[in-house]
Amino acid sequence: MRSEMHDRLQFAGIMEPDEQEEAKKQSQFLEVLKRLTRSKTAMIGLIIFIILVIIAIIGPMIAPYDYAEMVVSEKNQLPSAVHILGTDDVGRDILSRLLVGTRYTLLLGLGACVVGLIIGIILGCVAGFFGGWVEEVIMRLCDVMQAIPGMLLAVAISSALGNGLVFTIIALSIGRIPFVCRMLRAQFLNQRKLEYVEAAQAENCSKATIMFKHILPNTISPLIVATTMGVGNTITMAASLSYIGLGVQPPPPEWGAMLSAAKGYIRHYPYQLLFPGLAIAILVLAMNLFGDGLRDAMDPKLKN
Amino acid sequence: MSELNNNENNDILLSVKDLYVEYTSDKKIIHAVNGVSFDIKKGKTLGLVGETGAGKTTIAKSIIGILPVPPAKLKSGEIYYEGQEITKLNEKEMSHIQGEEISMIFQDPMTALNPTMTVGAQIADGIALHENLSKVDSIKKAKQMLELVGIPSERFTEYPHQFSGGMKQRVVIAIALACNPQLILADEPTTALDVTIQAQVLELIKDLQKKQETSMLLITHDLGVVAQTCDDVAVIYAGEIVESGDKYEIFDHPSHPYTLGLFGSLPNMVKKGEKRLHPIAGMMPNPSNLPGGCKFHPRCPYATEECTQDIPELKNIGGTHACRCIHAGNLVRTDETNEETKEG
Amino acid sequence: MIRYFIKRILMLIPVVIAVAIVIFTLMYFVPGDPAEIILGAQVTQEQKDALHEQLGLDQPYIVQLGRYLYDTFIRFDLGTSWINSKSVSAELGARLPKTMIFAIAAMVIQVLLGVPLGIFAATHHNKFGDQLTMVIALAGVSIPSFWLALMLMLLFGVRLKWLPVYGVEQWQGWILPVICGSLGVLAQMARQARSSMLEVIRSDYIDTARAKGLPRRTIIYKYALPNGLIPIVQTLGNAFGTSLGGTLIIETVFSIPGVGMYLQQGIATRDRPIVRSSVVILSILFSLIMLLVDLAFAFIDPRIKAQYARGGRLKKKRAKYNTRGKEAA
Repeated sequence: MRSEMHDRLQFAGIMEPDEQEEAKKQSQFLEVLKRLTRSKTAMIGLIIFIILVIIAIIGPMIAPYDYAEMVVSEKNQLPSAVHILGTDDVGRDILSRLLVGTRYTLLLGLGACVVGLIIGIILGCVAGFFGGWVEEVIMRLCDVMQAIPGMLLAVAISSALGNGLVFTIIALSIGRIPFVCRMLRAQFLNQRKLEYVEAAQAENCSKATIMFKHILPNTISPLIVATTMGVGNTITMAASLSYIGLGVQPPPPEWGAMLSAAKGYIRHYPYQLLFPGLAIAILVLAMNLFGDGLRDAMDPKLKN
Repeated sequence: MSELNNNENNDILLSVKDLYVEYTSDKKIIHAVNGVSFDIKKGKTLGLVGETGAGKTTIAKSIIGILPVPPAKLKSGEIYYEGQEITKLNEKEMSHIQGEEISMIFQDPMTALNPTMTVGAQIADGIALHENLSKVDSIKKAKQMLELVGIPSERFTEYPHQFSGGMKQRVVIAIALACNPQLILADEPTTALDVTIQAQVLELIKDLQKKQETSMLLITHDLGVVAQTCDDVAVIYAGEIVESGDKYEIFDHPSHPYTLGLFGSLPNMVKKGEKRLHPIAGMMPNPSNLPGGCKFHPRCPYATEECTQDIPELKNIGGTHACRCIHAGNLVRTDETNEETKEG
Repeated sequence: MIRYFIKRILMLIPVVIAVAIVIFTLMYFVPGDPAEIILGAQVTQEQKDALHEQLGLDQPYIVQLGRYLYDTFIRFDLGTSWINSKSVSAELGARLPKTMIFAIAAMVIQVLLGVPLGIFAATHHNKFGDQLTMVIALAGVSIPSFWLALMLMLLFGVRLKWLPVYGVEQWQGWILPVICGSLGVLAQMARQARSSMLEVIRSDYIDTARAKGLPRRTIIYKYALPNGLIPIVQTLGNAFGTSLGGTLIIETVFSIPGVGMYLQQGIATRDRPIVRSSVVILSILFSLIMLLVDLAFAFIDPRIKAQYARGGRLKKKRAKYNTRGKEAA
């Protein structure tokens, strides 16, 4: 499609190559945006995500009760008009805890992916820029990291660093770094072959210019898609960590930690497990819907 | 020429009548082919000339029945092969035409071959299907085909990635010719190749065509290729034929402004004085939003007020020559800008 | 090609050793004094020192690391648990089969169900069957497996009493864990198989095959499928890794005495020898599976096979890039 357009313009001979490049980028971005807004599923995902972001920000304000207040006389209550989602084993309102906990779960998922993306890009660029032994060392480190299954790596790092929001974000982000680094490098190798880089080299551009002006902008969109699609998975991993006693532990009402606290009551008070799990599933679903839409919008040939 | 030859004419192998094809994409309708009619005579070559995106490949895919449905849709029109209407055939009936009677040479040899199958198997499976041969015999025939296109038969068990671009295109040609089809649809068969290889491949196609007395629809945007290979020419613009006729007629008396433009954008080796090419101004209209009136008028240096209103007919202007322009034979430039570029 | 296999296996050794170093280092920084972990918080300084000396913890990091590597890779001794003094090797030996059964069963189900579902969706593109499959697959990748495990356990174990709630003494005990452990990757595989098949079906060589008049079945199974499988096979190794990670959680939910549960005990009691050896052993397994997948990959894609046969061709190519990069700089 792109080359067809290109041919057509060149055949008609109406645009200079530079203009073509610029116009293409502009229209590509708008085209992606247009396709994205037209995708119903992506918009549903985005709307759920935005609602959850708002809840994450104003959660404590709209929570009907104090999320940490224990009213022992009201413990283990089934959902009712007073406590819409019931209360937990020490009499805390589950809805309030879910509302307040949104920010922790969301921050874990987004934070780990963004941190992983940034560090991955930096390392990938360093590898690409210096090449030689620097590249070799970074890529071999990635090999080692990827030889450990993602969940196990997160467990190992998390148990070394200890519990808490920041440590958990770090633990989860490290697993994403080699992934980003690899993708970036693969793109580098691909892009290096393409003509426009050769053209830039012929024009005597410096290596840094080639990398930051030519290669990186063309590589960033698949990285963003991959990162968006990784958020859902990372949220699940964060919840799993909290569930087995790592990650974020009470008092913050992280959803995975809520599940962990309720797991002993599965026979008698299953609703205590139902709602936090549902909340995680909805958040992950929203991220996946949006990620799918974004991917389709950026690579429309897969659709239809 | 389509108006001139009637259907009963025994010389005609394939006849396309008033073909309309649309693509649906993101709820937009793209009018790829808009009422195209042409005939291909037995043993002759028709050149279909036009820019990328004019609908040439879509026409070829409609003929051989491999339009991607959806998003594509053959909206109306008929295609007669030896008098038989073939657009309404079911999958099984059509499979006797595909490869056996009509075959296609694809544009890009790099992607036209299955990377996970040996080239030999890709030639042989069509033969086994259409000629009812045993496995051994179809392999034998496939090896003959390889030799015929100039590839040693020992390379039968190699994979496409082991071949160069030109060699791959030879394999594609071998696949297309394996069952002695009556009609070859050659979709820009040389565009993706190096210039030096282009001539070889073109020569090969011409040779084999002569040997097997095959008709051909040659799709190209290269007027040089047309001059070398074709008997008749149809120039296509925005899914419509704008000019058609005998090759010499078209080359000697191009009448449609678009055809003139195509000749103007060719590097001219003869007239040494002219250093600059004359590109056609503007770009192909968006096929989901075609202009009213003559579809070429926004780019036409001869356009007048009427051109924006009236939809011109493809009318006969002498002999086999037909042209879709209300000013045909009476062109007067109406723009200054193009004159200026001429001087510059 | 056999030389290439051997080379690949030898190349695995430094990676495995590096994994062991990374994990050892991480565990070295686990907070808390081992002596307090082992003897309780009320220990005297003398007792601590004595224990440190006994376990070699008074040595510098590099000596401890060296000894760990020597024990693990030369003597094949994974040490003893700090908490109950049992041999870690013996424990892992007893537990590993369960985890392997679990992960391999999950992987078999993922491939045998996920890939055909994806092909089905692709060949019925945009029809009801496709849409239904994809909705289910989307739910499958979005539901956390351990939560699904809890919910299914509640439904089939606690309420309906059809299946045991925990333990794998009876074969029925495996049903729920394997379903929950495989679902996420299964759904992901179905999605991937679908998009990969859709992409392949659109490629030019499928047009070539159609133009030959080949029947639809032949085109899908002989032309599209081998090409569509390539990206799926590439992800198999990682799918196994995900399943292996998933076992950690699922095993704790269903109380399956495998490596995952052992690891979790180790984490809960800060029993470093258990944690580091479990992670290292699972990583070695994972690396071996990744290698197998890589080699299997060579068999379906003749382009890769050719590269293997020709040996160091890739390296040469890279060297060319490097020099080219230098010229530019």
